[in-house]
Amino acid sequence: MKERLQELKAEALNKVDEAREVQHLKDVRVEYLGKKGPITEVLRSMGKLSKEERPVIGQLANDVREDIAQAIEKKQSALEEAALEKQLEAESIDVTLPGRPVQVGGPHLLTSIVEEIEDLFIGMGFEIKEGPEVETDYYNFEALNLPKGHPARDMQDSFYITEELLLRTHTSPVQARTMGLKNGSEPVKMICPGKVYRRDTDDATHSHQFTQIEGLLVDKHVRMSDLKGVLNTFAKQMFGAEREIRLRPSFFPFTEPSVEMDISCKVCGGTGCSVCKGTGWIEILGAGMVHPNVLEMAGYDPKEYSGFAFGMGPERIAMLKYGVDDIRNFYINDQRFLKQYHKA
Amino acid sequence: MLVSLNWLNDYIDVNDYKPEDLAEIITKTGIEVESVNPVAEAAKGIVVGRVVSCEQHPNAEKLSLCQVDIGEGILQIVCGAPNIAEGQKVPVATPGAVLPGNFKINKTKLRGEVSNGMICSLQELGVDEKDVPKEYQEGIYVFPEDVNLGDDAVSLLNLNDIIIELGLTPNRSDCLSMAGVAYEVAAALGREYKLAEEEVETSNEKAEKMVKVEVEDPQANPYYGAFILKDVKVGKSPLWIQNRLTAAGIRPINNVVDITNFVLLEYGQPLHAFDFDRFGSSRVVTRRARSGEKITTLDDQERTLSPDHLIITNGENAHAIAGVMGGAESEVQENTTTILLEAAYFNPANVRQAAKDHGLRSEASTRFEKGVDPNRVERAGIRACELLQQYAGATVLEGPAKFDQLDRSENKVQMNSLKINERLGTEISNEEIAYILERLQFTYESNGDEFLVYAPTRRGDIVLFEDMLEEVARIYGYDNLPFTLPSGAAHAGGLSLEQKLKRGMKAYFEGAGLDETITYSLTSEKQAAMLVSKEVEELTPTPVKLAMPMSEDHSHMRLSILPELLQSISYNSARKQQNIAYYELGTVFISQEEEVTKQPHEMLRASGAVTGEWLAHPWQQEKKVVDFFVVKGIVEGLMKWLDLDVKYTKAKIEGMHPGRTAVVTTAEEEIIGFVGQVHPKVQNELGIKDTFVFDLNAEMLIDIYQKEEAFETIPRFPSVNRDIALVVEDSVPAGHIEKTIYEAGAPLVKQVRVFDVYQGEHLEEGMKSLAYRLLYLDPERTLKDEEVEAAHEQILKEVKDKHNAELRA
Ligand SMILES: [Zn+2]
Repeated sequence: MKERLQELKAEALNKVDEAREVQHLKDVRVEYLGKKGPITEVLRSMGKLSKEERPVIGQLANDVREDIAQAIEKKQSALEEAALEKQLEAESIDVTLPGRPVQVGGPHLLTSIVEEIEDLFIGMGFEIKEGPEVETDYYNFEALNLPKGHPARDMQDSFYITEELLLRTHTSPVQARTMGLKNGSEPVKMICPGKVYRRDTDDATHSHQFTQIEGLLVDKHVRMSDLKGVLNTFAKQMFGAEREIRLRPSFFPFTEPSVEMDISCKVCGGTGCSVCKGTGWIEILGAGMVHPNVLEMAGYDPKEYSGFAFGMGPERIAMLKYGVDDIRNFYINDQRFLKQYHKA
Repeated sequence: MLVSLNWLNDYIDVNDYKPEDLAEIITKTGIEVESVNPVAEAAKGIVVGRVVSCEQHPNAEKLSLCQVDIGEGILQIVCGAPNIAEGQKVPVATPGAVLPGNFKINKTKLRGEVSNGMICSLQELGVDEKDVPKEYQEGIYVFPEDVNLGDDAVSLLNLNDIIIELGLTPNRSDCLSMAGVAYEVAAALGREYKLAEEEVETSNEKAEKMVKVEVEDPQANPYYGAFILKDVKVGKSPLWIQNRLTAAGIRPINNVVDITNFVLLEYGQPLHAFDFDRFGSSRVVTRRARSGEKITTLDDQERTLSPDHLIITNGENAHAIAGVMGGAESEVQENTTTILLEAAYFNPANVRQAAKDHGLRSEASTRFEKGVDPNRVERAGIRACELLQQYAGATVLEGPAKFDQLDRSENKVQMNSLKINERLGTEISNEEIAYILERLQFTYESNGDEFLVYAPTRRGDIVLFEDMLEEVARIYGYDNLPFTLPSGAAHAGGLSLEQKLKRGMKAYFEGAGLDETITYSLTSEKQAAMLVSKEVEELTPTPVKLAMPMSEDHSHMRLSILPELLQSISYNSARKQQNIAYYELGTVFISQEEEVTKQPHEMLRASGAVTGEWLAHPWQQEKKVVDFFVVKGIVEGLMKWLDLDVKYTKAKIEGMHPGRTAVVTTAEEEIIGFVGQVHPKVQNELGIKDTFVFDLNAEMLIDIYQKEEAFETIPRFPSVNRDIALVVEDSVPAGHIEKTIYEAGAPLVKQVRVFDVYQGEHLEEGMKSLAYRLLYLDPERTLKDEEVEAAHEQILKEVKDKHNAELRA
């Protein structure tokens, strides 16, 4: 009986070895390990054996079963593995072919710049305020210390609709409107971006429509050194930590003192080149301490409150930062131009 | 303002500064220097020579053969200038000389004759054509007699000068004069300067005896001084005066005109010289012009006047438009002998109006418009008399005849050093402030921290404490201000919900594949009324029109973003860019008034335009050309993002394809925009291919969103899907059936989606099959099969009743 079992084992293992498909293994399993198989038969005929022999043969039969089952299992996973490999081989593709394109849009360069500036000032505690593009003469000029007849508000420079209505020439009226809502007693800390309009013939450096972003802080004890500090923070974040700023005297009717801010030239690092016209500096924005007449007209007591304001042109910043050389590009919407700056 | 450094050096020594460094200091303390340039490109080796003889060139008709004495010898030079003549003193470029443009002069032969150099014109020496005196424009320059042979012509002609160009802000008109610039530079450098006292010897005769001054409007003309000069010999002015004018960009004409111009530049005070004999009266009457009164000005133009214009008359006729331009009738000419020299103060507003009305912005009017220094008006007249006496042989009569009600007082400004330091964030001592005032040459009284400043009249811009704050700050130096941050209460900045939604919409459109554009708000009259959404149309708006447009293309405020967006597509299409997907979030301007009196309503709209291929993936044979449903899908996605239920109904809109356009309405039946194809006729006009657009009332979308309940909870119970295919007549819109399904299946049907549209085989002609997937859900519990079945039956019954829809077999 022992020999019979050894024989069966050898036979079965041989068949397992020769199996080329999973089905063959199933056949082997049924043939040798099935209820009608030879090993079961051996076990059934154990009654004929002596008491001493029975456990020995029984043990042996179990071992043989176990060995065959294990061999089948091992072989089966090997066959499955091979089959899968074959299938995957057949599924192989050319990964170098182009993928299915996805439509990707992006923001306008001016929007990117405006939002970058907005976010920067939001981080410093400023709010964003917006206002009408068709303004009253009062808010566009008078409330900003530009009374009727002031040379700086020549009819020639503005798009008037009626004597009292015009397309705003700057976003400053939003400041005047916002201050006016505070009853002269609350601080204001705001940024106002938006479209503005001037009577200019469109060419490489002029556009009858352009963008402005202005800022205003009104509170008790606002100092000019605060303006310098805030603008310095802005310039370093916007243009790079290695940029220096300088303020130099200028004139705006709505601020006194008035200054213009330059940043050191990125191209030459301040030694002078064609980009900065040899000065080492590039003009970025206008600023100043809010004129007492402006505070007063908005309801603030200029003895108690002071403030600073600044304003800049995102087009100019885009031209400096990204080398755009024609302001008309911002409004023509050439697809190649728009796409070029989606990552700006 | 062009500032000659050679001239500035006459007043204040700045030779120890490099021009660029000086420019930097001026820029940082007060006035932006726009450029630093030499008067002319460097020329070398040019000397004064005398034309000893001048003969016809033997071989060339238009050339002359000259012998020129340059002091150290005689040179033979061939010259082609028509104005060359024996005896002239001329600039000679000797062999080895270099002219502007790096043009080297060598000994040469011209038509067989030796030429040892070149006799030069001013242009050849680098003088700007417009600054060259008329008589030398077509030929060589001729020196006055008093120059020496062999002298350096470049320095005689001031061609070694450096010009600093100042960009003056409107408040700094004091620097429209060399004296003003000298005061400013002195303050910037901390040096001494004072405008010298002018002196003139007068005859015993009094000007008042010859002329009477009458002023009708003292407010417009508070001071008028009439100097009388006799025995004037009109001729050339001395070279140094000509040089000063040339450096400042003014062309020399004759000694009288040049001297008035010189004083204008030196004092900032415009003067005018009348030929007294031609003036033709012993009365100077200044008054407002009568309506329709006429004058022929120096430029030989006849001009019609109005009462806005102040004029100078001889009691009868206009002889000058005050501060703007003199009359041709009394112009100083070669034979003029007696001059009436006007030094006056004219009200800036009157001069500005006249200069504007006549389109005459001159050196004179610019200065009057900004306001001249009242303390320098008469002094400038005396200075001109001094020079005319010296350089035109004039006899100056005593005193000007004058009218004088001019306020010459100084503005007083009180300031406190503590307040200054509080405003600037500085710690400037009282001593430093006093030193700054001294540098500015402002007189003051001080008592501890208090300063009472008397601002000189040349600085009429200083009125308020803040003006003095600026003066102190700029001389102290903005570089010396510390960097601080605002000390006020902490303030949380941020975006409003509306601003966040706007950014969100932009991000949605960009994620959906559209590029953001920014187009012009001003458009043509025709485009302003095109492609206007129905809910805007219902407001019967009139496009807002500019009073004085610059062009027809930009004359009206837009009522829709689409026309300009289509222009952009057209622009790209003309440049072979056929696949475009654009959107814009911007305002349109709605006025309901025929004649605008109020600000229009500025409505935020979101518009888009898409054309060409949406998707092209050739090697997998995938290709999607933009159609209605691509664009509708973008709109639907936005509504889903905003969680808004909207409906699409076929509609006709001017400029849109009548069969491929839908208005979009809210659940409350309010129109919020449209989506569709641009009318083929409009496409043709613009030269664009099939273009699909949407235009949405973004303002309303934001409004509705803000009013809505925040978030629905995610359902906890399972939903059930059921599909049905219905056969209906072709004309029945899928959206109508969808609506019926929602109504019949309420409240369990939560979603209805078309997943198949079929026409053709197995279907009767004129019929179509629409397949819908329905989603049933009760958020409170699990649905029973019978409930779904009952709802489904009800739906089938109602679509049959309303649309004659049969369940497809
Ligand atoms: Zn540079």
